[in-house]
Amino acid sequence: MSSKPRIVITGLGLTAPNGNSLQEFRANLLAGKARIAEIEVRHMGKHPAGVCDFDATKWQKRKEIRNGTRVGSISIFCAREALGSSELDWDKVDKSRVGVYLGITEHGNVETENEIFNIAQFGNDTKYWTHHHNPRTVANNPAGEVTMNMGITGPHYTIGAACAAGNAGLIQAAQMLQLGEVDLAFAGGVSESIHTFGIFAGFKNQGALGAHADPNKASRPFDKNRNGIVISEGGAIYILERLDDALARGAPIIAEIAGWCINSDATDAVLPNPERQAECVQMALKRAGMKPQDIQIVSTHATATALGDIQECTALRSVFAGCPETKINNTKSFIGHCMGAAGALELAGNIPSFEDNWVHPTINIDELDPECDMPGLVINQPVKVERVNAILNNSFGMLGINSALIVKKYGVA
Amino acid sequence: MTKETIKQVVLDIISDIAPDEDLSVVKPEVRLRDQLSLDSMDFLDIVMELRKKHGIEVPEADYVQLASLDSCADYLLPKFLAKASK
Repeated sequence: MSSKPRIVITGLGLTAPNGNSLQEFRANLLAGKARIAEIEVRHMGKHPAGVCDFDATKWQKRKEIRNGTRVGSISIFCAREALGSSELDWDKVDKSRVGVYLGITEHGNVETENEIFNIAQFGNDTKYWTHHHNPRTVANNPAGEVTMNMGITGPHYTIGAACAAGNAGLIQAAQMLQLGEVDLAFAGGVSESIHTFGIFAGFKNQGALGAHADPNKASRPFDKNRNGIVISEGGAIYILERLDDALARGAPIIAEIAGWCINSDATDAVLPNPERQAECVQMALKRAGMKPQDIQIVSTHATATALGDIQECTALRSVFAGCPETKINNTKSFIGHCMGAAGALELAGNIPSFEDNWVHPTINIDELDPECDMPGLVINQPVKVERVNAILNNSFGMLGINSALIVKKYGVA
Repeated sequence: MTKETIKQVVLDIISDIAPDEDLSVVKPEVRLRDQLSLDSMDFLDIVMELRKKHGIEVPEADYVQLASLDSCADYLLPKFLAKASK
């Protein structure tokens, strides 16, 4: 990618079940603090889930919140917080040159289920179906709500990429910046999936819904007794710019996008394919001009399913054998699976490692599954390392979509 | 049921769909759109809430009757009275 413009991160806003700012999120990851609630899921009773508690009214009028969607509010909060961290003079930004690219796992299930429930109270008479349904459920909804809230007139859309979506949003933005389609991009991933029973029921009937008497222990990737996914909501939106533009305005450069790859298993709808995952990581490394030894942190996708975790470990062992300094961690053990937001949030929680050289752990491992044993796995306690110059962020999804994104510390060759 | 009661019914609905608005200063004779930040989707919300909460139907051709609180009261009073007499 040397002939293309370099892309840097110059802003970041997030909401996670255990933090509404990067500082709070990071502190809890280093302190080993999970935050999983137990919520009432329509038709299904209580289940563990990651719930965000950001204040939507900080950036939205109450009418906007009422007419829009939960994921729209998550997106607006994250985008506004990202702007706040970017030192941009927003009034002077040409809004027609700003793009919004948000990854989503799914969209519209929440709003559709709500309306089905609503009209069921009226004998399923569709005259009670809300006229807000279509603007709430169009696939561009979360990105579109951001543009309306912030007066952005450049392109906006979502990238449907199952649970690889967080990375996919960032990759899309980087590509659009390199193409010169926009000068500034808000990009990342968002999810409201805890509000749809269909996602819970689907995972439960697939034998992949996590449970534990203590909700904070329900999400336990790599543990021998893991029993599935804890569904969470959340969002992480980054501001990306071409390096030259960022330098010209004296922007705070958080990190540089170094390389990426998205590929497809083309084998199974739900069972991951470690060969394709390994190829995805290898291609991202190649595009970044790096070797496996150049990666200090691998942020895993592992969701705590019986087979999925093993498949990813198989892929990582094949790439990172002989890389004793590469540390491996997992964020879902703290916050569950934030679906479309997962990749973007998991990367965010690791980015401060460039400055503090701490690697947060994967928690909730009481008994490590031997099939998930990897030399660099950081278990239950953070570790301090000599340096962190590059992070590999894995994010995989159903229908065999794989994504690997590498970010590096800015200023490091 | 009086016209004043109906005005309050409409104001209660508006307070739900436009919670940022100050309804204490609404003038009953002035078009709602001229004094509140309401758009066409909001008027559809008023129609929907009349249907859901009060069983009152407002045909599309009559939406114009909901322009002001006074016109709402004039238009809706017979409908509420008819509903109450059933």
